[in-house]
Amino acid sequence: MKLKPVLTVLAMLLLAGCGKSIDPNEPAGFVQIKGSDTIVNAVQKVSEEFMKDYPYVFVAITGGGTGVGIASLISKTCDVASASREMKPKEIQLANQRGVFPKEFVVAYDGIAVIVHKDNPVNKMTIGDLHKIFTGKATNWKEFGGKDLRIVTLSREVSSGTHMYFKEEVIQLSKKDSTEEFSAQTLLLTSSQAIVEEIATNEAAIGYLGMGYVSERIKALLLAKDEQFYPPDVENVLKKTYPLSRPLYFYTNGEPTGAAKLFVDFALGPKGQQQFKETGFVPLGATIAQKDQ
Amino acid sequence: MHRRISEYVVESLIKLSGLLVIILVFLLFLFLLKDSLSLFGIYPLGKFLFGRHWLPISEPPKFGVVPLFLGSLYVTVGAIIICVPVGVASAMFIAEVAPKALKHVLKSLVEILASIPSVVLGFIGIIWLGPVLRDVLGLTTGMCGLTGSLLLAFMALPTIISISEDAIVSVPRTYKEAAFGLGATRWQALWRVILPSASSGIIAAVMLGIGRVIGETMVAMMVTGNSPVIPKSILSPLRTLTATIAGEMGEAVSGSEHYFALFAVGLVLFVITFIINFIADAFLRRARK
Repeated sequence: MKLKPVLTVLAMLLLAGCGKSIDPNEPAGFVQIKGSDTIVNAVQKVSEEFMKDYPYVFVAITGGGTGVGIASLISKTCDVASASREMKPKEIQLANQRGVFPKEFVVAYDGIAVIVHKDNPVNKMTIGDLHKIFTGKATNWKEFGGKDLRIVTLSREVSSGTHMYFKEEVIQLSKKDSTEEFSAQTLLLTSSQAIVEEIATNEAAIGYLGMGYVSERIKALLLAKDEQFYPPDVENVLKKTYPLSRPLYFYTNGEPTGAAKLFVDFALGPKGQQQFKETGFVPLGATIAQKDQ
Repeated sequence: MHRRISEYVVESLIKLSGLLVIILVFLLFLFLLKDSLSLFGIYPLGKFLFGRHWLPISEPPKFGVVPLFLGSLYVTVGAIIICVPVGVASAMFIAEVAPKALKHVLKSLVEILASIPSVVLGFIGIIWLGPVLRDVLGLTTGMCGLTGSLLLAFMALPTIISISEDAIVSVPRTYKEAAFGLGATRWQALWRVILPSASSGIIAAVMLGIGRVIGETMVAMMVTGNSPVIPKSILSPLRTLTATIAGEMGEAVSGSEHYFALFAVGLVLFVITFIINFIADAFLRRARK
């Protein structure tokens, strides 16, 4: 990015204007992060902590979805792409063609919570049930022991990594040759927060999102692959007993350098991981014992 | 001699700026057409225009524009049905009926209305209007075409009110005086004399309102649910052309099939607004004769 030196100088000028003198030994720079809406809040928190340690490195964060992050990594408009799914071989190939060689970092783990309205009597479901609901084969809550209401299915937009993951795991049941699709009636909302808002007020709605977004305003269902039901929490994501668990990623173009390296190292370090934990994700080094303490 | 030169320079400058607009529109059209045509090299035109499924990230992808077109059509028609009568009536009230003090207050309120950012309206739609409509009408979800229509009508109102009001005010006073002189009541004068004389301006206002509604993106994307399905009625979730471009452009890698498909959607939108403007122009000319 040609803009970067300019921005750095500008940022320095701004600070100098505030009467602070810059210690020449302090690292300075600018990091642009784009991508996953699932972890945008967590990354925001990490960057706030980061900027306390490195006051002259400026971090800009944009959400929009994993697809947005990966597309901008390929077109070199961001330093770090955050992602809630792995890059597809097709995307890596395209990146290589344009001289971008993505390097992957796992930054945290996440469970995808399936959420409903608080007054919905349904508490648990199997992946098979979800498949029926989200492909439109089952359309009434009665079939699952709920009220006589038409089910309203909510999904994220196609640019979302969570959308892709859910599609592969639930809609296509991990079968590579499956051509099943989300029911056309599914509402495609532009952010995880919009899904929370709709679920909080609509008794007939069901949606999914990263477990960092679960709050008291909504209810997360217990899920089962076969018979045993598990809640989306740190323990079950770690043990992989919760059926919809996945890693969250950062991608950089080649080995990160300068400010971007500082940021990635910080995010992977204890202070960064603490922020992921506080925003509801599962940090890397977490063990079940730690959680019990 | 000196005067002739400066006149010539000014004249050419004006001519140039006029030409520039035409060239820009033409280039824009070419640009859209070029990238859209790249799509039709790999994806058949018929399937794009008449396809009933919009599944951009599936294997193989389907780019049927029909559900998106109908989505935009439903929302726009709904908004126009709501905002045209209300807008024109408000304009009549402000221009002819309201006492002077009230008139000033109303005019500035309309201006404030115009300055509300669309994302704020969208937010109100998600938090308040959607749930209210759902409960009142007994719908399964408030994220539907009607919510979008209502908010978009709200957005188009200031345009329609201020332009119609200007048109009504600019009807010569003598028309009104003549009508009163012939014994017409205030209503008769307003309805039968002033309104028809201002009709060309009012139609222009309505057309600009339609332009505003069909091109609006943020509100449509936030409150209509974005389901790419052929809508059964305005009460079901739908997806508009604009929301599709805005929602998917970020992740479409440039040069991919999906990217070109979004350009083709943009071309459809461009053609629609072009037709609307063309019709508006024809009406205006007829009104002037």
